[in-house]
Parts: sequence; C-alpha cells; structure tokens
Amino acid sequence: MWSRIKDMLLQGWQLLAKPSVHFSLGFLTLGGFIAGVIFWGGFNTALEAANTEEFCISCHEMRENVYVELQETIHWSNRSGVRATCSDCHVPHEWTYKIARKMQASKEVWGKIFGTIDTREKFLDKRRELAEHEWARLKKNDSLECRNCHQFESMDFTRQSERASEQHSSALANGEKTCIDCHKGIAHHLPDMSGVPGWE
Amino acid sequence: MKKIIALLSMVGVMAYVLAEPQIATLRGTTDLDQEGQAPRMAAEVNDDKRTDRDYPMAAPSIPHKIDGYQIDLNANKCLSCHNRQRVEESQATMVSVTHFMNRDGNFLADVSPNRYFCTQCHTSQIDVPALIENEFITMDELLNRAGSSH
Repeated sequence: MWSRIKDMLLQGWQLLAKPSVHFSLGFLTLGGFIAGVIFWGGFNTALEAANTEEFCISCHEMRENVYVELQETIHWSNRSGVRATCSDCHVPHEWTYKIARKMQASKEVWGKIFGTIDTREKFLDKRRELAEHEWARLKKNDSLECRNCHQFESMDFTRQSERASEQHSSALANGEKTCIDCHKGIAHHLPDMSGVPGWE
Repeated sequence: MKKIIALLSMVGVMAYVLAEPQIATLRGTTDLDQEGQAPRMAAEVNDDKRTDRDYPMAAPSIPHKIDGYQIDLNANKCLSCHNRQRVEESQATMVSVTHFMNRDGNFLADVSPNRYFCTQCHTSQIDVPALIENEFITMDELLNRAGSSH
C-alpha cells in the first residue's frame, strides 16, 4: 500500500521535473499567465460574492434571526443613507485578514450542513456563544471593522453629545477601551448578559 | 306637550353638535374619512440636564436619547450605567434605592424585578409645544394656595 503511494508520488514528481516534450515554452509561459489571471480573478470574484448581503441571507439562519434585527438599527437606515451590511462589520477589508476570517467562517458551512442553529430555539440557545466570539474578535483587533468607517481621527467631539465626547476623549483616546467595550448590541439583540463586564 | 319637549331638546342637542365642529382636539379639522397629516417626528432631548419634579415621588424624566436601548430578560441597557455597581465608571445617577426594595419592603442586592422595566415610568422627552393645555397643578402651587387662604 505505502510503496504504491510512494511510486505514484515519484512518478508525478518525475513528470513535473522533466522538460515539456509537446508544448512550447511560449505556450506554457503565456498559458500559465492567462490561467493564473483567470484563476485569480475567479477566486476574487467568488470571494466578493461570498461577501454580499445576498449571499449571507441566502441561509435562513441569518435571514430570519440576525438580519431582521439589523433592520431596526441605525446601521440599516439613517439620515445620510449610508448602510453597513453584514460583511462591513463581520469581515475585515484587508486581504490577509479577510482570508483568515473566511477560513474561520468555513466552520459556518459545517454548521449549516449539520443544522447547528437551524431553528429559532437553537439559535437563541447559542446566541451568547456566538456573540462572545464576535466580541472577542473585535476586542482583539481593536474594533477594526468599526474603525473602517468610524475613525477616531475624524471624530468631531463638538458634534457629539457631552456624554459621548467625554467618553471618547478619555477612555477611547487613551486606548483603555475600544468601541466594542461599550457598543455591544448596536446591530443585533443582546444575549443574556449576566456576567458580562459592564452589564452586571 | 311631551312630544314638543322631546323635539325641542333634540334641536338643542343638534345645535350644540353643529356649533362644535372640533370633536377631537388632536385630530384637528381633518374629515373623519380622511387621514390627517402626521406631524414631523421630533428629536429626543439629549442635553443631560435634570428637570424639575412636581412632587417628591415623581419619576424623573430621562434627559438623553434612549433609542435602541434594549430592556428585556436578556439585558437592560439603562442599568449598564445606572445600576449600583456601574455608577462609579459611568458617573451616572444611581437608580433610586426604592428600586431595590421588593413588594414586601425588603432591600435586595439588585434592582427588584418589579422595577426592572425602566420605561414604564421614565421616559425620554421631545422638545415640542404641548398638544393640549396642561392643567396639572404642582404640589408647591397647591401648598402656596393652601397657605395664602389661611
């Protein structure tokens, strides 16, 4: 068994190691380049497609739970008409981090196949755990997805209420706190918060 | 005779009804089969200024915006600043001690469940002219009147 696998691997390696007999160097170089462009383009297109709201709510788990809750909030509709949809907050914009997040999210495919949260009850039972994952993620990356739009440098404290400007100019400014520390549950309903710091 | 009295009283009632075209003050002059124009939504007062209370047990109004605040079995956004353990960090007013008392008068460690739903008594305000005249007489006014009559 093992020797057969070894033979196959060796054959494969010898095939790759030999120079091409039938195809010209030009064909291989150009063909490789074009195939690369197509593959790369396709990969990114697929990646982008998986980042759309349409894709997210194609699963009823998202459409009937978190998506409905988002629609009550200011991130959905507001005076200036800027909307933050699923991927704006849940997927990093930068490529490396985005790929890392996408790989993590492949577990959601597993969850979908095996129906981990395929009923409202299962979702509610798991809400605290799911929320904790997101809180931890945003805490760790210093609320990166919030800051993709809400940049501290662009904040005009005089335009904020007194309370807000006080908090933002102290705890947020000195890095003691990050957005998610205070702004939990701004886009979805909160789970049972007993034991969460700041909510006891 | 009875018929004449009945007729007269009917005419009287009709005259009264006709002379009073505004049945409901809030409705205005919009016809009953028409839908009136809704007034513009006003912004919530957000100045953090405490307001007067007309009697000692009056529930204070909320001087800031509370839209999107979740108050349910899972979480209470108000208490995340106003609860006993939270006021040091938030520097918000602590909920009144009466709210820690259950119906038997015993003080609990946390806000009593029958005082948990803040917006049953406390409301944020909007800065709009009153829709109808407010005839409420404050306790102080009442005391003043009682004092001057003696």
